[in-house]
Amino acid sequence: MKPNLSVSIGRLKLKNPVLVSSGTFGYGREFAEFLDLRELGAIVTKTITLRPRQGNPPPRTCETPAGMLNSIGLENPGIEVFIEKNLPSLLKMGAPVIVSISAESDPTEFAALAKKLDRIAGVKALELNISCPNLKRTKLIAQDAAESFQAVKLVRRNTDKPIITKLSPNVTDISAIALSAQKAGSDAVSLVNTFLGMGIDVEKRMPRVSTVTAGLSGPAIRPIAVRMVWEVYQKINIPIIGMGGIMDLSSALEFIIAGATAVSVGTANFINPATTIEIIRGLKQYLIRNKIKEIRSLIGSLHVQG
Amino acid sequence: MIQLKVKILYNRREKEDYYHLSLLAPKVAREALPGQFVNIWLGREDGAFLRRPFSIHRAKEGQLHILYKVVGRGTELLSQRKAGETLDIIGPLGHGFDYQLSATNYQLPILVGGGIGVAPLTFLAERLACCLRPAARIKPLVLIGAKNKKQILCAQEFRALGCQVKTATDDGSSGFKGRVTDLFSYLLSTFLNYKLSTIYACGPRPMLKELASVCGKYNIPAQISLEEHMACGINACLGCVVETKNGYSRVCKEGPVFAADDIIWR
Ligand SMILES: Cc1cc2nc3c(=O)[nH]c(=O)nc-3n(C[C@H](O)[C@H](O)[C@H](O)COP(=O)(O)OP(=O)(O)OC[C@H]3O[C@@H](n4cnc5c(N)ncnc54)[C@H](O)[C@@H]3O)c2cc1C
Ligand SMILES: Cc1cc2nc3c(=O)[nH]c(=O)nc-3n(C[C@H](O)[C@H](O)[C@H](O)COP(=O)(O)O)c2cc1C
Ligand code: FES
Repeated sequence: MKPNLSVSIGRLKLKNPVLVSSGTFGYGREFAEFLDLRELGAIVTKTITLRPRQGNPPPRTCETPAGMLNSIGLENPGIEVFIEKNLPSLLKMGAPVIVSISAESDPTEFAALAKKLDRIAGVKALELNISCPNLKRTKLIAQDAAESFQAVKLVRRNTDKPIITKLSPNVTDISAIALSAQKAGSDAVSLVNTFLGMGIDVEKRMPRVSTVTAGLSGPAIRPIAVRMVWEVYQKINIPIIGMGGIMDLSSALEFIIAGATAVSVGTANFINPATTIEIIRGLKQYLIRNKIKEIRSLIGSLHVQG
Repeated sequence: MIQLKVKILYNRREKEDYYHLSLLAPKVAREALPGQFVNIWLGREDGAFLRRPFSIHRAKEGQLHILYKVVGRGTELLSQRKAGETLDIIGPLGHGFDYQLSATNYQLPILVGGGIGVAPLTFLAERLACCLRPAARIKPLVLIGAKNKKQILCAQEFRALGCQVKTATDDGSSGFKGRVTDLFSYLLSTFLNYKLSTIYACGPRPMLKELASVCGKYNIPAQISLEEHMACGINACLGCVVETKNGYSRVCKEGPVFAADDIIWR
């Protein structure tokens, strides 16, 4: 039996459900030395903004128990340079490319970004990062259902490509935001982005990351992320891309069984650049071992008693 | 750069908190250049989650050597690894020292190391020893700084590689009493002929900052190896930046070795 790993995110068909998360895979080139990129379900790029951003001052990262804090501050070359310099080589690598985009201050920047990318055939989908915790904003778009709706709507009007809305876990009710993304025409949601956290060097009495607060990722956040996927799965009918601390096969399976159509690997790429390939192989074996023909039948297959 | 599992040949305490790790890694050893580093996975989510970066201390005969100081949980775990066990490493990484000029010109290379900062300089001295013109009889000058005599690292190794070695200790228990940068300034202001010299340095940030300022004053080119916290080591996270005259550069990609006068010190 050859198990079927393919899944669909809106009109986008993926040969397997394993993606790499925005901001954790460079622009792909670095990883070509460690794995065959063609084997990936898709590559999500570092978030791109309209204008170049130099990012936050160092230190930008630190380690925490079973995780890390980061405050990169969306360092990126801006959409023009990205399209000219980074995208062509990325497209040649043979994995479907999903471009992550974000507005810096004015939500209408989303429209401009979508318009520019809509013309490029190789770009398979757009991920709207409305949830980056490392911009100097008091409130994230993803912390407000109405604002989230508006942002998705703006992009929807400017592209026919599948839209994935990336949600923040820094909210009271994540399914409310997921619902408004769905209503505004998002083809899928991805969750979670990082949790706002903080670390202190007690000798220096200084924050361990320059911006004081930063985004927490890694296995430390996994149980909360799985719970959020499970909650959102009950409420919406568009696909979910689940992420947060996926390190191996079993953690990837947790998300799928909780309701994710696909999973995305972030921080684990830093530690073992071949994590995704190991998960893809493991998924095949898991399906064979459990006599399951299609990965699709695993999605949301959690047995709950009572 | 490659990711591979390599065998530990030995992992022994050198002195104080300093350890010497030897790995059987012919492929990495062959490719490695002085100033480059490897990123070691300790495989523990609780306490050493990310890989830990270490400079290549020596690379010869298929072996890769690391000299490290136990400073926290990760290095402590590393010190407990035994010969015969395997380690998952990625390397060689980063941009090392540009020493070709020192190798081809009749000029004096000056190596300055503070504390564990001597680790990559030994590899540089090894390569310089191979390619300096023997006829020119140039012996690289190595300045080693540490708290006290017990903490002076690698003096014998440098001598064996044909270098002249001078030491500086905070308490005066070995060589010059004071900081290694003070020793350097003293030498410059007295008899050292530094014309055409290049400085290669690694050590704590304040030492490198001071060195950069002295080199700036005397107009001597200096290459320094910097550290910054690394989440990936492979140019994927954009975390390990330092501020340079051309904006932020990544220590794991454009570095760890930078031209001292490119760095904006804060
Ligand atoms: C390019 C480079 C080369 C290095 N070469 C050597 C070497 O040859 N020998 C040696 O002894 N040390 C070297 N270091 C430093 C070494 O990486 C740290 O001492 C080690 O990571 C500490 O880990 P720990 O868990 O023991 O300590 P922790 O308790 O985690 O931290 C102790 C200190 O090490 C720093 N540190 C911790 N993790 C990292 C990381 N992932 N990246 C960078 N810094 C970190 C922390 O900021 C802190 O200041 C190098 C660092 C870099 C960036
Ligand atoms: C260093 C770093 C940079 C990141 N940059 C981005 C980004 O640019 N855009 C984005 O949407 N998410 C970004 N993320 C969040 C990840 O894509 C992911 O949502 C999060 O890390 C949780 O997954 P993980 O625990 O597997 O890493 C970043 C995460 C890290 C660790
Ligand atoms: S450590 Fe990740 S980019 Fe340098």
